[in-house]
Amino acid sequence: MGMIPARFDYRQAGSVAEALQLLVSCDDAKLLAGGHSLVPLMKMRLVSPATLIDISGIAELQGVADTGSVLRVGALTRHRVVERSQVVAQHVPLLAHVAGLVGDPQVRNRGTIGGSLVHGDPAADLPSVALATGATMIVTGPAGERRITAADFFVDFLETAVGPDEILTAIEFPKRTGAGFGYEKFVRRSMDYAIVGVAVQAGEQPGIALVNMGSVPRRAEAASQALASGAAVDAVAALAADGTNPPEDLNANADYRRHLASVLTKRALLAAGYR
Amino acid sequence: MSLIGAKVLRKEDPNLITGQGLYVDDLQPAGCAFMATVRSTQPHARIVAVDTSAARSIDGVLAAWTATDIANLPARPSSLPGMDMPLITGDVARFVGDIVAVVVAADRSTAADAAEAVIVDYEPLPAVASLGQALATDAPMIHPVLQGNTVFFQDYTEDLSAEFAAAPRTASLSLVNNRCAPVPIEPNVVLADWGPAGLTVWAAFQAPHHLRNTIAAFFGISQDTTRVIAPDVGGGFGAKINFASEIFLAAALSRALSRPVKYTQTRSECMVAMFHGRAQEHKVDVAFDDSGKILALKVQVTQDQGAYPDATGMGLPVLTTAMSAGCYKIPKVAVSWRNVVTNTTPVAAYRGAGRPEASYMIERVIDLVADETGVDPIEVRKTNFIPADGFPYQTHSPLAVYDSGNFAGALDELLRHVDYPALKAEQAARMADPTEKLLGIGFSSWLEIAGFGPPGSLEAFGHLASWESAQVRVQPDGSAIIYTGASPHGQGTVTTFAQIAADQLGIDFDRISVRHGDTAVIPQGIGTMGSRAVAVGGEGVKTASTRVFERAKKIAAHLLEATEDDIVVENEEFHVRGTPSKSVPWSQVAWKSFQPLELPAGMEPGSLDATVFQQVPNFSFPSGAYCCVVEIDRETGEVEIRNMYLVDDCGTVINPMLVEGQVHGGVAQGIAQALYEHMQYDESGVPRTATLMDYLVPAAPDLPGYVSGRTVTLNPSNTLGAKGVGESGSVGAPPAVINAVVDALSHLGVKHIDMPATPQKIWSILRGSK
Ligand SMILES: Cc1cc2nc3c(=O)[nH]c(=O)nc-3n(C[C@H](O)[C@H](O)[C@H](O)COP(=O)(O)OP(=O)(O)OC[C@H]3O[C@@H](n4cnc5c(N)ncnc54)[C@H](O)[C@@H]3O)c2cc1C
Repeated sequence: MGMIPARFDYRQAGSVAEALQLLVSCDDAKLLAGGHSLVPLMKMRLVSPATLIDISGIAELQGVADTGSVLRVGALTRHRVVERSQVVAQHVPLLAHVAGLVGDPQVRNRGTIGGSLVHGDPAADLPSVALATGATMIVTGPAGERRITAADFFVDFLETAVGPDEILTAIEFPKRTGAGFGYEKFVRRSMDYAIVGVAVQAGEQPGIALVNMGSVPRRAEAASQALASGAAVDAVAALAADGTNPPEDLNANADYRRHLASVLTKRALLAAGYR
Repeated sequence: MSLIGAKVLRKEDPNLITGQGLYVDDLQPAGCAFMATVRSTQPHARIVAVDTSAARSIDGVLAAWTATDIANLPARPSSLPGMDMPLITGDVARFVGDIVAVVVAADRSTAADAAEAVIVDYEPLPAVASLGQALATDAPMIHPVLQGNTVFFQDYTEDLSAEFAAAPRTASLSLVNNRCAPVPIEPNVVLADWGPAGLTVWAAFQAPHHLRNTIAAFFGISQDTTRVIAPDVGGGFGAKINFASEIFLAAALSRALSRPVKYTQTRSECMVAMFHGRAQEHKVDVAFDDSGKILALKVQVTQDQGAYPDATGMGLPVLTTAMSAGCYKIPKVAVSWRNVVTNTTPVAAYRGAGRPEASYMIERVIDLVADETGVDPIEVRKTNFIPADGFPYQTHSPLAVYDSGNFAGALDELLRHVDYPALKAEQAARMADPTEKLLGIGFSSWLEIAGFGPPGSLEAFGHLASWESAQVRVQPDGSAIIYTGASPHGQGTVTTFAQIAADQLGIDFDRISVRHGDTAVIPQGIGTMGSRAVAVGGEGVKTASTRVFERAKKIAAHLLEATEDDIVVENEEFHVRGTPSKSVPWSQVAWKSFQPLELPAGMEPGSLDATVFQQVPNFSFPSGAYCCVVEIDRETGEVEIRNMYLVDDCGTVINPMLVEGQVHGGVAQGIAQALYEHMQYDESGVPRTATLMDYLVPAAPDLPGYVSGRTVTLNPSNTLGAKGVGESGSVGAPPAVINAVVDALSHLGVKHIDMPATPQKIWSILRGSK
């Protein structure tokens, strides 16, 4: 009952190439980034990989680069670095803001953006940012590099488009310099995962994405379209939960989640500057 | 200058905040092996087979025990006959968490692997997951001896039908006092080392002597070779006075394996294995008149005992019903209680243990009467208070004779901090504006039974006695060591007891150490629970210190060739009153107290040493008045506590900082119960909140800042005047919070809302009202 993982081998990868090679050569291996989603699962023995390949030391996957039209964030960049990055705050302020709302400071100092996205937890915050801003994931595997849009990235519950022999290396966020944004995270207890969350990115290609409103992180498609076509805040908010199949748990049943989604959407829209 | 009332820094802190405390899990004796448990995943099931062969074949595994391996050992102490909790259950598992097997391995990881390798074949039985299910006709039975699921039953102590029939008004209320998990930061931890010279058990425990005596009796060994040590203990909240089965299993395994055996509970285990608290349901009827004067009260308490009734758990409804009238003079009170078993974790003491339940009930009743009559809740309280000159006050219960208090005084003091008219005006304004959050104002005037206790009170719970021991030993250099049986687990006793002793002895606070938690060092002891450490143990320190001081004065008088009555002490110097030049330092008096040639005739060496078994004639009755102001988000149903005003009367305050710490912690737990925490089971008896992801212990940012005030009525049962404050916050806070929430929603016809007041619950109410 909890706390002690099953036995596993531990390998360190110094480069992406080495990590890819280890993924092929080790049976039943898992990549270890910040360990803040994987290790809890291992401690509960919900997963028991035979080998952990620690990629957290790969320097080429760290940090934020301004490449002109996009911000390229290395997959191993810690939440805390994203939260405090001036460049991110300037060009993708929604990302910096939300990174600062993930868990508590300990979690943010360990967890990585790549780990959060690949883990694909529908209750995680950062996938909604990728979806609302229209980010692109850069994935490397034996067959070379692939680019996957956020919309195609989240496949199923805790499952993304990243194959078992692939590594997410970076995320490209289109710049949203000067555009409004809003993020509403509803929790019962501070520093928890969202019961429901809503991310709003204003600007030319506006987007609204939802947290914990289904088995995968998802965009609020109808609401996003209404927003793009200039609908009023209340009308957009009313569409927030359209097409969702929200989970039910002790904190919220499906009805309550749908209601929260539209309340939070309205608040996020107002924060993003819509009236 | 007296140290009573001084904001002295805690002696404990330098160790604890630099990570140099010593907890049981820090101990790693040579050859130490590790125990892990296999627990039932079934709420109720016949155990068809337990296969440990795979576990035993793992390298490093030293033992894998099932019920058959402990057939010669008794059941867990403190069980009830016929309903005993087996250390390892053999035939039937009765709750999720019931121990089915234990394994021991050379290291902790191997032990965990071995536990996972044990295969248990269950044949599920129908389970009762709630009081409702347990009391239904034809409910599945847990203990055949019961012929049902009710353990003990006490019918209404009086028939009040005439009073109710004659009353101008009556009302009823059904309340659930939600089950809580204690969640101390340190779970249950034990290290047992059974060698040729005897058995030593290090345990995270609140009552080491109680455990020592019980272990010795359990194994049929003698107390002189049985030693229990409770080093630093990381919180207990009452749960660490329970005899966790793991303690006895680790000792038995140490004996069998001839090596130390350690067990550290994981958090997931702790959530289902450490006994829970509260878990009561109340049915209350109240008769009153138009002015809000209460004429009669009927209370029926149904206590969920979990799968195995525990002696402490059985006492909970007795305390609740004894305290059912709260601070109020209610002419007629009839109480009834019943203890019921369910396929859930056993229930026992948890901070307040039976008293928060009572305070919650009566304070909800007061607000209900206010709501029914339209009389302001403050007025209803004042109308019904036992007056300040009404003590001693014999309650409806022979157990409770309130000896002191000033309930109206505390409420008045509270209202000096709370601008009630302004809040009422704000409330009305907000209600009228749909874009604003709703405001709720809730009061609680509470009292509790603490300072356990008078002779017989703890014996009823299986303790040796109800006194507390204190030994004061002056060392040859004039420093002093205090030994107390009230072993603390976070209270700051080392500091407060040194303050008390410093005052009596005239020895510097910095030269007084307080020792506790080792049965080989401390004369005897009872323990820290029921807010008794200062009220009983601290009083003992005072008594023993006074005795020592009287003897020291004798020696000083002899050395100064003066009469004893003229001797005073100042800055660690004894001198003759009015003649400071004629003096002898404490250090010399201490030194000479060991030298026969220096002593007055008839005095023996080593006499600056006194041991006291402090008795008190009555419980103590801390009281107070709290006010909670909440804001409710009309769209999400979220409750936010804006202010929490706290007036406590714990009698004499030894150290205001520590009193505040206790109050803040207790209030945090009270708020937690009111808004966050609820140990829940599904229909079949599977826990739904068995991790800290689902069981919401609030974090610091979730709690408000507190405004605290104080009134002081002295405890007449000890000379310190101190009443105890460890549980107060958890007694006073829940009703204040829920009264505020109900107040915010009462315009919608809401009369009550069960704890915890979750956003979803409130949203449903708000939505329903649209
Ligand atoms: C107490 C606590 C509170 C938390 N609160 C929140 C919260 O409020 N909001 C929130 O969003 N999250 C929260 N988290 C999760 C946190 O954000 C995690 O850090 C994050 O989800 C995973 O990132 P990681 O680097 O730790 O990944 P890891 O745990 O190391 O890995 C997660 C998964 O992704 C895979 N992986 C990691 N990196 C890569 C890569 N580059 N390429 C391919 N696969 C990869 C791993 O193999 C694994 O399957 C919390 C975690 C904890 C422990």
